[in-house]
This record gives sequence, C-alpha cells and structure tokens, in this order.
Amino acid sequence: MDFRTVYTTCAYCGCGCGILLEVLDGEVIGTLPVKTHPVSQGSLCIKGWNIHEFVVSERRLTEPLLKKNGRLEPVSWDEALDAAASRLKRVVAEHGPDAVAILASAKVTNEENFLLSKFARAVIGTNNIDHCARL
Amino acid sequence: MVGLAAAFGSGAMTNSLPEFAESKALFVIGSNTTEAHPIAAKWIYRGKMNGAKLIVADPRSIQLAEMADIAVHHRLGTDVALINGLMHIILKEGWHDQDYVAQRCEGFEELAAKLEEYPPDRVAEITGLSVEALRRIAELYANNKPAAIIYAMGITQHTTGVDNVKSLANLAMLTGNVGVLGGGVNPLRGQNNVQGACDMGGLPNVFSGYQPVADEAANQKFSQAWGKDLPQKPGLTITDMFPAIEEGKIKALYVVGENPMLSDPDLRHIEEALKKLDLLIVQDIFLSQTAKLAHLVLPGTSFAEKDGTFTNTERRVLMVRKAIEPIGQSRPDWQIITDLAARLGYPMEYSSAEDIFQEIRQLTPSYAGMTYARLAPSGLQWPCPTEDHPGTMYLHKDRFTRGKGLFTPIDYKPPAEVVDPDYPLWLTTGRTFVHFHTGTMTRVSPSLHHEQETAYMEINPTDAREMGIKDGERVRVSSRRGEIQIKAKVSRKVDRGIVFIPFHFAEAAANVLTNPAYDPTAKIPEFKVCAVKVEKLAAQAA
Ligand code: SF4
Repeated sequence: MDFRTVYTTCAYCGCGCGILLEVLDGEVIGTLPVKTHPVSQGSLCIKGWNIHEFVVSERRLTEPLLKKNGRLEPVSWDEALDAAASRLKRVVAEHGPDAVAILASAKVTNEENFLLSKFARAVIGTNNIDHCARL
Repeated sequence: MVGLAAAFGSGAMTNSLPEFAESKALFVIGSNTTEAHPIAAKWIYRGKMNGAKLIVADPRSIQLAEMADIAVHHRLGTDVALINGLMHIILKEGWHDQDYVAQRCEGFEELAAKLEEYPPDRVAEITGLSVEALRRIAELYANNKPAAIIYAMGITQHTTGVDNVKSLANLAMLTGNVGVLGGGVNPLRGQNNVQGACDMGGLPNVFSGYQPVADEAANQKFSQAWGKDLPQKPGLTITDMFPAIEEGKIKALYVVGENPMLSDPDLRHIEEALKKLDLLIVQDIFLSQTAKLAHLVLPGTSFAEKDGTFTNTERRVLMVRKAIEPIGQSRPDWQIITDLAARLGYPMEYSSAEDIFQEIRQLTPSYAGMTYARLAPSGLQWPCPTEDHPGTMYLHKDRFTRGKGLFTPIDYKPPAEVVDPDYPLWLTTGRTFVHFHTGTMTRVSPSLHHEQETAYMEINPTDAREMGIKDGERVRVSSRRGEIQIKAKVSRKVDRGIVFIPFHFAEAAANVLTNPAYDPTAKIPEFKVCAVKVEKLAAQAA
C-alpha cells in the first residue's frame, strides 16, 4: 500500500486555496485543507473538499477523438496530432495565419497559457488569442 | 480589467484577501461572495468580526446581506448612477481625502463637475433607493478607513461594465482608498486561473506581463526570444471571433479547456458559428457541448496529473503538483501543445513545466523573481521583480502603476435592453455555490451534483402568485433570442419584477436567453440583464 499526500492548489475558483490530495496506490481518494496556506488557513468550501471527485470521473476523456463520417471516433495520438497539424497548415496556407483563432483557458496552468500565447504568435503567426474570462 | 487598468495602470485586485480582516469598511457590490468565492467571504466575515462596517449592494438578497450594516437592492444596471450619487454626497459633505486627491490623482475637476448632475433625489429615482440609504452608505464607506471595495461579475457583465469599474475606481481614489493596507478596489476572478491566463498573454493585445504586442520594444524582445517576427497588430477578442467566423474570416479554432457553447451569451448564434468552421479542435478533460461539435478532440489532463502554477485572484502565484499519472491516454496540456508545435515545424524544447516557467521569468518582469523553489511554501504575489523581492501584498503604494490615478467622469446609461409589455421581467444570471462556471467539472462530481441536481429559476412569491406559478412547477422563459423550460423556485431572494437563473446547466442554459450586446471597450457581454417573459406550460394550464 502506497499512501501519500500532495500539496497543490484548488482548481475551482480564484481564491486559490491550498489543498492536500490524498493518493492511495496511484489514485486520488480525498482532499484535505492546508493549515499553513496564507489564503485558506485550514479552511475549504464544499467544492474544494470534493475536488478529487471530478479527477476520477467516469466521464473523463481518455483518448483522442477524430470526426469520421460525422461521428467522433477514438484514434491514436499520432493520427490525431497529424490530422490537427496538417489541417491547421492547410488553413494557414490557404487563408493566412489570421484565419486561425485560439481560446486559451482560465482552467489550465500559467505554463500552458504561456505556451498557447507562444503557439498563436510564433507558431501560427496570429494575435487572435483570447479566453473566456471576459465572460 | 480594462476599467481598472485605465484608472490605475493595472487591472488586478489591488489588495490581498487576508487584508479584508484589517479593513474598517467593506463595500461588496455585484458579488455573491459566499457562493462564488467562499474563502474570500471568510475574510470578509473576519473583517466584520474585527469591527469593519459591511455594505452590500446587490439585486438579490444574498447571504452576506444578512450580517451587513446596510444592504440594498439597487435596480439592475444602475451601478454608475449609484456610485456617482455616493460621490456627490461625499464631496458635498467634505468626506473626501483632499491631500490624496491633490497629490496622487488627476482629472478631479472634470469628475467633480460631472458629479453635480447626480444629486441624491435624482439618484434615488434612478436606483430605487431612498436618499437616507444613499447617505448612510456614503457615510459608512467614506468615514471608515481603510475601506475595500469588492466586486465580481455583477459589476462587469453589463454593457456598461467598464464604466461601472471606472466609477468604483473614482470612488476609491476620491476617499484615498487605493494603495493602502486594507483599502483598495478588488475584482474577484471567477474561474481559478483567470488572472494567470491574462498574466501569461492569453489576450489578443499583449504578451505575458501585459507587454503590448504593438509596442516596438516588447515585440522585438519576444521576436528575438522566440526566433520569429511576431505580428504587431492586436488580434480579435472572443466576442469578435464569432462574427468573424460567421463572415468566413476565421476558418480554424483551437479551444483549450473552455466551453463557449455554455459560457457565451446567445448560444444559438455560437453553435451556428462553430458549425461553420473548417476546423474545430477542442482540448479538454470532458466531452463538453463545444467538444461534441469538434472535428478533433484532444484529451488533456486535470490539475491533479501535472505540474505547473496557477495565479489566484490576489495575484498570488501558487504551485500545482502532479499527484497521479494521467487518466487513460490523456496527456498534460503543455505536452500536447509542444507536440503540435513540433509538427508545425516549430520544435519547443521543454523537459518540464519548470523549464517553461524559466522562460516566463526571463520574459515577464513581474514574475522575474519567482522560482519553483520560492513558490513552494506559500506562493508569491506579483510584482516580484528580483529573487530577493518578497512579492507585493497590495498595489499602488506611494504611486500608481500608471503614475497618477486617473479620475474619469462617467455618465449613467440605461441597460441595452429594458423591460416592456412583451418581455416584462428582468432576467439576471449568476453562479451558485456548488457548481463552477459551465459545470463541466462540478456536475460530474457526485457530492456536488447531489447538492443541486437541476436548473431552476428564482421568482418572487408575489410575481409567482399573480402568474399562478407554484414552487417546483416547470415554466417557459423566453426572450427576444430564444426560450427554455425550467423549474420555478419561488424565493424571496429576488425582488418583484426580477427572475434569476444560474448558468451552469446545459439542459436549460440561461445563455439561450441573454443579450450579446457588448461593452464597447471590454467586450464583455451583457449577461446580467435582459428582458424576458415567463409563462406556464400549456399542458399544465389545460
Ligand atoms: S476551496 Fe472553495 S473557495 Fe477555495 S479555491 Fe476551492 S472553490 Fe475556491
């Protein structure tokens, strides 16, 4: 039996409370508050206390999907990424980089948002990048 | 963001959440804090326990109102009139901070002239509040320093959102309440990493750290670092993207971790636009409504399966740590992005999230002093320019980011859509405490789903009685844009003439009804106010 707790940050709202994810044999089984955290100081709300549940939801996407004949079908990562790249290339070649737009996310990490900004600007060559936070 | 940046030079929350415990007055407007930001509410309670005066202004009877020194429901969309009215009283009474205004701000004469037009009786008429209530709020706020203003989407999601925020900035500067411990203007960010997405350049006009793409020096710096000539013309905002798709100008959309199909106003329009795309790539952890329309769906991982950082609403950069291996074949989003970049002929060589963070530090002055090691115990608040800098608890101490704080005279403008005989009720939308944004995460969580299983519309008991609607009965709600069926919840939380629908539920999405009239500067859609009618369902009437 391998039990650990991992100190991380609640992913639900902008308060950024500290949480300890309880991990048993490679699975997240619970969430605990963090006494020393400057914002949450040992408290969590109902969303934070239950955040481990969505991680292990049955409904998580577990493989890439590609639309074939109007239906999304499981494919390998190679097939999915090749399809994404070749079709993006075609759009840029035919209509220019500003025919591509990217929506970054308030749900992924800073590192990932930074890379999306780099992807839009350096890889595609467009400033068409925004996120849903205006909403 | 835009409103605060114009006034102060930065759009972020000026205080830290724990500072609310030190404030002497807390003015909460357009934020149902206990439900949307429960731990922020805890700090408000702590301030109250320490003797702060609590002022709550919200169209609904929210929980915070119960312990407030004064709680009012001003009419929907009348925030600017309310705040102008408060400032009018403060000036007339001489409760403003003359030294602060003279030394730290500019534009005061223009503001003062504008405020002449907002005497208490006129403001009372517009807002529906009594002159006494206006006086009481002005007095409590101005004479108990330091005072913090706390707001959320109840202020920003209007066609006048930027005006609302600038008005709050005016009020805070007039009373010397910016750049002091416990005093400031504080937008509470909705989703967990909104602040970080903005900080990192997930915006059409800026690189990370709000360095403008159109600025020669900034553009050169990034072009050099990234080995490519980068475009200088700002791109399209999300609200301009959908019309551009309709017009065939945008052909491909790559969506990461977002569900515009539920979070955007005027859903039908969005769906039509998404179906027009030659290529829609959606990267997410669930098959959202948007993902169902995609040509390609890429499974990212949740926060529990990767390393990285989030930046909370008070500018604190916090560690996210990998707890478990990715579920199924899902992969951390940063790895998917680098793989895609490589296939497009632009290899990105990062071996870890920390590698990426190193590049962020090098290119982003406000993050330059942060390292994963320094962030590990409690995070750090930006700006943190050097490795020996302790981070910044509150902004604009001694001087505003833009130099002097800028007063802007603002006129009250009525909401873009008003009630009429065909659509006689105001609809306002918002969050509930168990669910999160569009519900893609929270609604699959059994404990949270159990708390609140279906969508509902709150309606005042008197309105419900007049329409013969019983608690729990399904009704039809329609606006000029569409209709939904939904369960009625008879509740005193809403005043007469107003109905409220939370926006987390796909099967009765309030955004089918809402108005995509945008704030012209911030491009924030008017979610908070539109005109609707409510009817009994025919089958039940018969
Ligand atoms: S525990 Fe609650 S208040 Fe804290 S970050 Fe999570 S959702 Fe927000």
